[in-house]
Amino acid sequence: MDITGIASYGAGFAIMACIYAIFALGLNVHWGFTGLFNIGIAGFFALGAYTSALLTTQPPDPALFEDFAFGGNIAEYAPLDLGVDLWFAVALAAAGAVCAVIALLIGYVTLRLRDDYLAIATLGIAESVRLFFLNEKWAANGSKGLYRIPKFLDEWVSPEHYDYLYLVVALVALAVLYLAVNRAASSPWGRVLRAIREDEVAAEASGKDVFAFKMQAFVLGAVVMGIGGALYAHHIRFLAPLTFDPLLATFVIWAMLMIGGAGNNLGAVLGAFAVWGIWTGTQFLPGIFSDPDFRLFMIGVLIVAVILIRPAGILPERRAFSRRRIPDRAPIAEPPP
Amino acid sequence: MTALRTAIRRISLSWTAWHTTAIIVFGAFALGLLPFVKMGLVVNGAILGAIIAVGAIGLTLIYGILNFANIAHGDYMTMGAYLTLFIVGGALSALGMEAQGFGPFTFGYPTLIALPIAVALVAAGAIALDVAIYRRLRDRGVSAVVLAMASLGVAIALRGLVQIVWSGDAQHLPRQSKPVFHLPMDVRVPPDAIFVALVALALVSAVYLTLTRAKMGKAMRATADNPQLALVSGIDTQRVIWWTWGMGAALAATAGILLAVFQAQMLPSMGWRFLIPLFAAAILGGIGSPYGALVGAFVIGVASEVSTQWINPSYKPAVAFGILIVMLLARPRGIFGSSG
Repeated sequence: MDITGIASYGAGFAIMACIYAIFALGLNVHWGFTGLFNIGIAGFFALGAYTSALLTTQPPDPALFEDFAFGGNIAEYAPLDLGVDLWFAVALAAAGAVCAVIALLIGYVTLRLRDDYLAIATLGIAESVRLFFLNEKWAANGSKGLYRIPKFLDEWVSPEHYDYLYLVVALVALAVLYLAVNRAASSPWGRVLRAIREDEVAAEASGKDVFAFKMQAFVLGAVVMGIGGALYAHHIRFLAPLTFDPLLATFVIWAMLMIGGAGNNLGAVLGAFAVWGIWTGTQFLPGIFSDPDFRLFMIGVLIVAVILIRPAGILPERRAFSRRRIPDRAPIAEPPP
Repeated sequence: MTALRTAIRRISLSWTAWHTTAIIVFGAFALGLLPFVKMGLVVNGAILGAIIAVGAIGLTLIYGILNFANIAHGDYMTMGAYLTLFIVGGALSALGMEAQGFGPFTFGYPTLIALPIAVALVAAGAIALDVAIYRRLRDRGVSAVVLAMASLGVAIALRGLVQIVWSGDAQHLPRQSKPVFHLPMDVRVPPDAIFVALVALALVSAVYLTLTRAKMGKAMRATADNPQLALVSGIDTQRVIWWTWGMGAALAATAGILLAVFQAQMLPSMGWRFLIPLFAAAILGGIGSPYGALVGAFVIGVASEVSTQWINPSYKPAVAFGILIVMLLARPRGIFGSSG
């Protein structure tokens, strides 16, 4: 492989790692900050990806045996024509909005109940979303999937260099979401989330509306995941129900967050790059190491090992204290004699 | 007014009154629907319900006593099915034991020999995993969600292991086609379904007897009720936990084998995909209640099977999930549950 080949491979790798880092950030809001156990990341991933793809992919072409009903080319709607590809931002926002609505519904049902009910509900939603897109061919072409999903800013560069441009897009998206999530996590709001994670009853007793805070965190994480899904759709440009197999759409992301360090946003990003590096790197190894099933096995072992040996991950959560120094208490006045 | 309110409260707190009402309402509803429903689907659903029951009773026991959602329960099922396949295809066929079509059933007698061995192996494996993983976490005093998280890791690893050894393709036990029983009202019952129903019935009875008669069963119920009180009453809670894992995993493995026999195939993802009906049944019946899980399993099994009369059969897991959501909205603690 020559140098340009390596560079373009590296760009493709980095784009996927950025997208996974976004999922890991979303999961960090759920699990790392609030202790919400979401095992249906694939559901939000799929909803975000399909929403964005359906809004932007051209209506079906009967000559290509496509038989889905929708497909809106929002890029061609005049009111949005401001000279730049505003459609991309609209599509990402819509992906986030759809995930927010679904998260509100699941959260309303389960967030008042035991912690693990949320896990079952997210698992159920992921499976239901997958079954919906698999069976309802009118929605998104069923198992044949959606393709010809448009590129963002594709007129700017030649096709063979497009990945470099998209890498910039993914990096910008990751940076914006990272800063937003970081800001939220270090705010008083984020402190309440951690208080809920540590001791729900104590948080409730301090007058915090635990249900409302959990709901906000669940929705925020889901929105981040939805945006990640949309970025994925416009990168791979092909979506089928098979894309959202729990292995690559849920399990790997859990491994990334657990290894990187739950509760630490930088850890989540680092974990995503590290695990994705191991995941893609091992396919070049000889023998069993490149076997996808062996890698699946190792993902499970790694999650258990991290919980047992180093629950904090590579970059542990920083213990948050107030940055301002608490002023020394004024000396208590001597009681008058 | 106050008298009325007291009366209402007394009724809603009274266990049997709620039960009777629920059963009458459900029963009337089901009977009213019956003329519109194909009997064959109801029978099929009852058999599916029996498989869900075997799995969900184990799940609810673990849930009740260890107090966490065992995400790996589905993969214990998968392990049971694949270990049976392994023993039938490997060890027993090497010993010259090869047969299909035992009696009226499609599978051969080696499957019947392999079944208890596979079940025992899965039970032993579950206890070993408790020693290696869950006990350490318990000693560390982690929350239930971290235990569930660890079980997610176990689930992924087990799935990977199954795929390494047996590949991701569909497999099946050696089988021979057998005539289907024709019953009145256009009900067709495959012979294997009868085997499934018999095994399920035997296991549910065995669990019932263990929990009500055996000393260990009583200790399990006591631990589920109040672990601290059980400990100070001199119950060896560690042994109770191992027995719970053993029983729960044995039930799961059997459910997996029954599912593989009933569906005439096995896939590495079969257990993971079965988690939704399992949890739906356990939560519907009330976490920690084996009788509840039994009732919940039949509700889920029959409802999701009957739903195929009107909607696409591949939505069965979504139907189970829908029932679960309705239940969580209406009565989160489940039919037989005592606490949310």
